Amino acid sequence: MKFLKSLIMASVFGLGAAAANAATLDDVKAKGFIQCGSNPGLIGFGVPDDQGNWTGFDVDFCRALAAAVLGDATKVKFSPLNAKERFTALQSGAVDVLSRNSTWTMSRDTTLGLTFAGITYYDGQGFMVPTKLNVKSATELNGASVCVQTGTTTELNLSDYFKASKMEYKVVAFEKNEEVLKAYQEGRCDVYSTDQSGLYAERLKLANAAEHMVLPEIISKEPLGPVVRQSDAQWFAIVKWVHNAMLTAEELGVTSKNVDEMKASTNPEIQRLLSVKVKNPDGTEADNDFGKGLGLGPDWAYNAIKQVGNYAEVFDKNLAQLNIARGKNALWSQGGLQYAAPIR
Amino acid sequence: MVGYVRTVDAPLLAHPAGEVGMNHFLRERVFNTVLGSVLAACIAILLTWIAWTLFDWAVIRGVWTAPDRELCNAEGAGACWPFIKARAAQWVYGFYPQVERWRVDLVYLIGALSLTGLMVPAIPLKIWNAAFFFLIYPVAAFFLLFGGWFGLPIVETEQWGGLLVTLVLSVTAIVVSAPLGILLALGRRSNMPIVSLLSTIFIETVRGVPLVLVLFMAANMFPLFMPPGVNPDKLLKAIVGTALFASAYMAEIIRGGLQAIPKGQYEGAQAMGLSYWKTMGLIVMPQALKVVIPSIVNNFISLFKDTSLVTVVGLFDLLGIVQTGFNDPKWASAQTANTGYFALALIYWVFCFAMSRYSMFIERKLNTGHKR
Amino acid sequence: MKSFTPRQFSGRGRGRALHQDPMTDQSDKGISSAPHGIGTDFLYNPKLRGILSQVIVLVLLAWGLYWIVANTQANLVKLNQNFGFDFLGKAAGFDLSTSLIEYSSNSNFGRAILAGFYNTALVSVVGIIFATILGFIVGIMRLSKNWVISSAATIYIEIVRNVPLLLQIFIWYALVLKPLPGVKQAFNISDTVFVSNRGITAPHATFGDGAWLALALLAAGLVGTWIFRRWSRKKQELTGQILPVWWISIPIIIAAPFIGLLLAGWPVTWSYPELAGFNFKGGMTLVPEFIALFLALVIYTATFIAEIVRSGIIAVSHGQTEASQALGLDNGKTLRLVVIPQAMRIIIPPLTSQYLNLTKNSSLAVAIGYPDLMYAAGTVNNQSGKAIEVYSIALIVYLTTSLVTSLFMNWFNSRMKLVER
Repeated sequence: MKFLKSLIMASVFGLGAAAANAATLDDVKAKGFIQCGSNPGLIGFGVPDDQGNWTGFDVDFCRALAAAVLGDATKVKFSPLNAKERFTALQSGAVDVLSRNSTWTMSRDTTLGLTFAGITYYDGQGFMVPTKLNVKSATELNGASVCVQTGTTTELNLSDYFKASKMEYKVVAFEKNEEVLKAYQEGRCDVYSTDQSGLYAERLKLANAAEHMVLPEIISKEPLGPVVRQSDAQWFAIVKWVHNAMLTAEELGVTSKNVDEMKASTNPEIQRLLSVKVKNPDGTEADNDFGKGLGLGPDWAYNAIKQVGNYAEVFDKNLAQLNIARGKNALWSQGGLQYAAPIR
Repeated sequence: MVGYVRTVDAPLLAHPAGEVGMNHFLRERVFNTVLGSVLAACIAILLTWIAWTLFDWAVIRGVWTAPDRELCNAEGAGACWPFIKARAAQWVYGFYPQVERWRVDLVYLIGALSLTGLMVPAIPLKIWNAAFFFLIYPVAAFFLLFGGWFGLPIVETEQWGGLLVTLVLSVTAIVVSAPLGILLALGRRSNMPIVSLLSTIFIETVRGVPLVLVLFMAANMFPLFMPPGVNPDKLLKAIVGTALFASAYMAEIIRGGLQAIPKGQYEGAQAMGLSYWKTMGLIVMPQALKVVIPSIVNNFISLFKDTSLVTVVGLFDLLGIVQTGFNDPKWASAQTANTGYFALALIYWVFCFAMSRYSMFIERKLNTGHKR
Repeated sequence: MKSFTPRQFSGRGRGRALHQDPMTDQSDKGISSAPHGIGTDFLYNPKLRGILSQVIVLVLLAWGLYWIVANTQANLVKLNQNFGFDFLGKAAGFDLSTSLIEYSSNSNFGRAILAGFYNTALVSVVGIIFATILGFIVGIMRLSKNWVISSAATIYIEIVRNVPLLLQIFIWYALVLKPLPGVKQAFNISDTVFVSNRGITAPHATFGDGAWLALALLAAGLVGTWIFRRWSRKKQELTGQILPVWWISIPIIIAAPFIGLLLAGWPVTWSYPELAGFNFKGGMTLVPEFIALFLALVIYTATFIAEIVRSGIIAVSHGQTEASQALGLDNGKTLRLVVIPQAMRIIIPPLTSQYLNLTKNSSLAVAIGYPDLMYAAGTVNNQSGKAIEVYSIALIVYLTTSLVTSLFMNWFNSRMKLVER
């Protein structure tokens, strides 16, 4: 009977908890780590090395998030997710945040019940072809077989593009990056299509990279960014502002190397970014703690920058190896699109 | 002694010429009929061709030492063995930290010793060994692998991988599925209509659904059915999914065993005044389980193979970790994947073949005239 | 509660007589640490206890289901989602590499799932047929007296069934793609069939008006054959005369649709594949993913079927073979008329589960991008976000498929059963 009683208690408790709408931040603080959905293997964005250490642009964003929320960039666990699994895993709560080069689209923001917390990387879909095909432009691809990864916007854009240009094509879609690449290599398709950043990353893995070229056309807009669940405004704000803080740090020249010195800066913008307490000559103190509004400590941005770096550092560390230029991802002041909302 | 009874054995006569030796073998067992001879010749040619192609690829054209992919990428190069060498440790341990790998070794060693004790009929103390292997070992192995006790640093399950994950998954699933399967089998044969119906529904549903679907739902949808914040470890979810799946198959095997027990055994036990659970536990189950041991081993073999499906939900089991290796630009070549898959097939084959031989051995051993 | 005697727990209706007077029963034994009066008496009535425990199980189950549904509802509300199947009508936006029904990115999600189901059905049905044929051949080969033949069968079985199917699918896919030439260098079989790494492309027939006549004649041919077979069997039983049923009926079945088409004025238009730019235009194509999946499924499942066939044949008493030989039947006839019909009774139940396995295993198609049901469900789920709805559909379809297969095989089994007098 005791067992039954405890079961009934558990059920009441369980239902109560379901109604209570637990916040992701509390949940993360309680378990002490962030469960981050990552790419299972895309060089430059999210890939484990042979020691199981994850590297990549998206992965580092999760680290910065962990540094901001928990004060320790290592307090993050990565769940490698295929394109097809990722949104289900986020919806169900199997991951706290999805940082896995996912494109911001309207339906994902609405019918999927998710929210994109910003654009960490501006990308566009491109094509890669073997040079021996003698194709110089995407307009010459009528009738081609195209290898793509399934469960992505790539699949949808492809259909749009060929429909709009009145061309025919055959899609061959696979679950995993490596299968797409292998099929392309074996000649199953003429063209490999994915985000341009991905093309450069995958080209590295080709047996003979020089025999393949990326076509100049970009057929879509792919604003990539971290995704969270709807209806948790606080967690959404945290993810959004960690990204903005990293951008702001770049704008202000704050890096992981000089962030300690920067704490002494008199630039009010830097003071607000790093939550520096201002001492006035008359002895009064003014608080610059913007972390409180997020439910975080005052060192939220400091930790993220100190332990992971600003936007430029993360970009260079992960994407320089792919020979990807900043391009659209340069700061707005340098002709790019990255534009941080002000911290104030 | 009667005079005409022989006291010494007659000397053995030689076999008639043509009834022994290679000639006889060829005539009787190979070229016995025209059709047979033609077929045998075709098959022999085909097999030789396959064997030669494989040998040529793996050995003659195979690349044995190379610092990186350069040599494997050359035109006409065969198997890329240095890739396997570079990745072998990762296949066995996954991403388990280098300094902590002795823990994995220890778990492998204890498991191997205990299993040997269980499997070799001559070794005594079977009951104790079984109790150790099925009850103590999984718990001890978990604490040893996960750490956090006795000053061992914690190694998160995300860092487990390769053969370790494959073995953890399959052994845990089979250990968990045994009691569950017994309960389900008893439930299905129960006189209580509701219990029997529910067991039947569970068994048939699970058996009618692909494992990939079960795994996907376990890995990605499970928290949707739970109160917020309840989100077990991904490996744990995969283990639960696999174990539930295996228990339905186990239930059907055990049900088969139960059906093979003659009714007299039940009646005898009841005549002795034994309760239902005592009848089952002391009389019926020991006989039924003995009958189905070979089937259980076969079930384990298919479970062991099926664990490769967790790759599809993003866990790094043996197949998953091998595929991750293909992502390494240092080794990416035309032959890398082929070599990886070939070596992997060989590893799985060795495990499964050994187990199937054991299953046959135990079948012969148990087949001691219990049948009526 | 340690007081009950073993007899009182004898359960399952056998001990009922003992319970007529629990008090005397107890005093007889003299164990009375906790006497149970009228109040707890019902606990010792096996029938009542059975009902009680079933009620508990039911209550627990209902509670568990309610708990899950409540959780799911709460979680969906948080995601601003609601349960429903309206999304099936939305435009899919993605293409499938191969489909048996008309499908394009303009079709809706529901049709995508349907196309996936047809692809699953195609590979399963074709796979089952070929796996059965190969399995029977290998199983019989394994029993061959010829050493080369039987050991070749053994080698094949022991190698193939001990390697995971998923791995074999990957390997077959690589093996299928490797030797196949590019489109422009395709193997050209008299300008009608082309084999390349885009698949096998063959002419495709479109039937116009009047083609129903062909179908009607085919049906008539089948029914006629069936009647003819029954009649000839009856005749054989009466007179012993064996009519060449197969030699008469097979040409009829084959010829019937052609005659129908001829009568209707041959309303067939062929679309021939033609090389245009990157790919073939026209005709129909079997994609390499299908070929690889088909090969892997057939070759893997056939090993299990072969073992089933072998043990089925072994189980037929040797006396049957000897008796049929004594009757003057040759080896083929012995196998076909005496051994296999008897072996079938042992073979069919495990064969059924192999068929179910093959159908379920076809879901591994996702790994190499053959658009089967799991693939379509995954993509639809990804684009619509309706995980629960989409995977419930997949679950129900798989369950129904295996149920239908089971029912059919049970019916077949009952037909093959030994009718004992």
